[in-house]
Amino acid sequence: MTDAVTRSDEQLMVELRNMNKWYGEFHVLKNINLQVKRGERIVICGPSGSGKSTMIRCINRLEEHQSGDIIVNGIPLTQDVKKIEAIRKDVGMVFQHFNLFPHLTVLENCVLAPIWVKKIPRKEAEATAMKYLERVKIPEQAKKYPGQLSGGQQQRVAIARSLCMNPDVMLFDEPTSALDPEMIKEVLDVMIELAQEGMTMLCVTHEMGFAKTVADRVIFMDGGQIIEENNPHEFFNNPQHERTQLFLSQILNH
Amino acid sequence: MKYELQPTLPPPPNTIGVVGWARKHLFNGPFNSIATILLAWLAVTLLIPVIDWVFISANWSGTTRDACTGEGACWVFIGQRIDQFLYGFYPREETWRLDLSFVLLLALILWLAIPKLPAKGWAAVLTLIVYPIVAFYLLTGGAFGLVAVDTHEWGGLSLTLVLAVVGMVASLPLGILLALGRQSDMPIVKSLSVIYIEIWRGVPLITVLFMASVMLPLFFPEGMNFDKLLRALIGITLFQSAYMAEVIRGGLQAIPKGQYEAADALGLGYWQKMILIILPQALKMMIPGIVNTFIALFKDTSLVLIIGLFDLLAIVQAATNDPRWIGYATEGYVFVAFVFWLFCFSMSRYSQHLEKRLQTGHGNRA
Ligand SMILES: Nc1ncnc2c1ncn2[C@@H]1O[C@H](COP(=O)(O)OP(=O)(O)O)[C@@H](O)[C@H]1O
Ligand SMILES: [Mg+2]
Repeated sequence: MTDAVTRSDEQLMVELRNMNKWYGEFHVLKNINLQVKRGERIVICGPSGSGKSTMIRCINRLEEHQSGDIIVNGIPLTQDVKKIEAIRKDVGMVFQHFNLFPHLTVLENCVLAPIWVKKIPRKEAEATAMKYLERVKIPEQAKKYPGQLSGGQQQRVAIARSLCMNPDVMLFDEPTSALDPEMIKEVLDVMIELAQEGMTMLCVTHEMGFAKTVADRVIFMDGGQIIEENNPHEFFNNPQHERTQLFLSQILNH
Repeated sequence: MKYELQPTLPPPPNTIGVVGWARKHLFNGPFNSIATILLAWLAVTLLIPVIDWVFISANWSGTTRDACTGEGACWVFIGQRIDQFLYGFYPREETWRLDLSFVLLLALILWLAIPKLPAKGWAAVLTLIVYPIVAFYLLTGGAFGLVAVDTHEWGGLSLTLVLAVVGMVASLPLGILLALGRQSDMPIVKSLSVIYIEIWRGVPLITVLFMASVMLPLFFPEGMNFDKLLRALIGITLFQSAYMAEVIRGGLQAIPKGQYEAADALGLGYWQKMILIILPQALKMMIPGIVNTFIALFKDTSLVLIIGLFDLLAIVQAATNDPRWIGYATEGYVFVAFVFWLFCFSMSRYSQHLEKRLQTGHGNRA
């Protein structure tokens, strides 16, 4: 199995094959198939409870799947702790509630994993962190604690923290839905820039403007399945599935 | 429509200052007013004799019981025996070693506790690793030109402090390991931790001490004579670590799931995640609970008197049986109570202070 994987998919960053997951008796992800190429930007949307978070959390093993294959950057995800660690080094994740470490300063948040996981010298890690903090436009907050920042600033720090590990792919789980309206744009701007620089991204989001601007493909999930998948133009103007139409009418009409 | 700007007015009189406070809290309504007056009268009538006994009519100077008039407390008794109460039967010419150990400990604690002082990491290493070794040689001697002092000769407040400090310092790491074990995904580690914690929590400390002093030797080969103080210390530490584990488990549970997930997503291993992310936050949150168990432990150390160790309480009690000082037991017990209170109250105040400082500091808004 491993051979076939590495041979066929030099191009593929993330691949899910016939992937299923249950929470106890509850079949939460049903036969998911998804291929994400290097540099591709995917937006995932769908009603609440449809399994979007669960799906992307399986990719870095925050959740465990029960059947099917997940292959990230050529590494098949199994129980093997070494493989899980290897995958987590390559995969960055940004959460809805930021999940910054409140007892550490912004800079310490950013250098922690590079120092302890990648064994990068502190000086070098700090230089990299400052570079990314500049890219998310908050280098002046480096010495503050997360609790002293606004939501939008915290989320930008969270993005910088992820980037400091130099990931090959970034997962975003509703990165703007915990933010006050006036802060959404500052986070989306950072994400758009990142997309334009060629980062491979999987974003769960309901920001349809973002999807139209940067997505190569939009994926619609409902009831634990991928229902529809298309380029943004077709997806928004010509949705095929009834449920997609209903969903789009609900989120676009307010 | 346009509104006039309103002027800023001072509050009505009788609502601010001492008068305002008293009206609001002491005399708001007839019932509260009567209660206030009654309680004030009660406090005064009870307090006056106590103050009189402790301070006004008390006898402070002299060398024998003849110096005491008998109307107030006879503090002469405490003054005459204070060396013994502090140092037990430790050789008098060696007590500087006890003094030095406790001064060093105090200095380290202040270094750790005062926020402005730098290099907390070094302070922690000195306190947890270097100090115990230094203190061990200072107290027991037998090396570096120090006379050996057998633990039979230890006693008084210094013994109480040894029991309490060793119990606290040793039970904290053990408690952390047990709490992590109880949360573990590995079924065997988890069950062993649960069994350990539940067994020790279900047994009174007195029983543990009896077992440590009477039963433990039965398990060891004939002739292997295991120090009595060491046995008590092991018993206290094992017992205390179970309580500590439960306090720390509470702290671990209060850490949001997102913190674990962020650490996992960044690729941190289990121990890195715990030591760098989870424990610093959990321990901060758990300071009041940890100090509470410390206070309980401090008071519980007096139970060692039942296995024949002369801690502060035991040694004072023994002194009250001295024919030269018969009849002054009250003074002895008041003194013991005051010393215990002083230590426990300081710990409690410090924990309240810490709690406040951590609240106003950088909280977790996420
Ligand atoms: N830890 C869990 N245990 C049991 N059920 C869960 C758990 N997490 C999520 N679920 C359920 O799985 C379904 C999908 O959840 P989720 O992936 O969070 O949906 P989405 O992100 O699309 O809103 C929901 O019905 C949710 O209630
Ligand atoms: Mg979700």
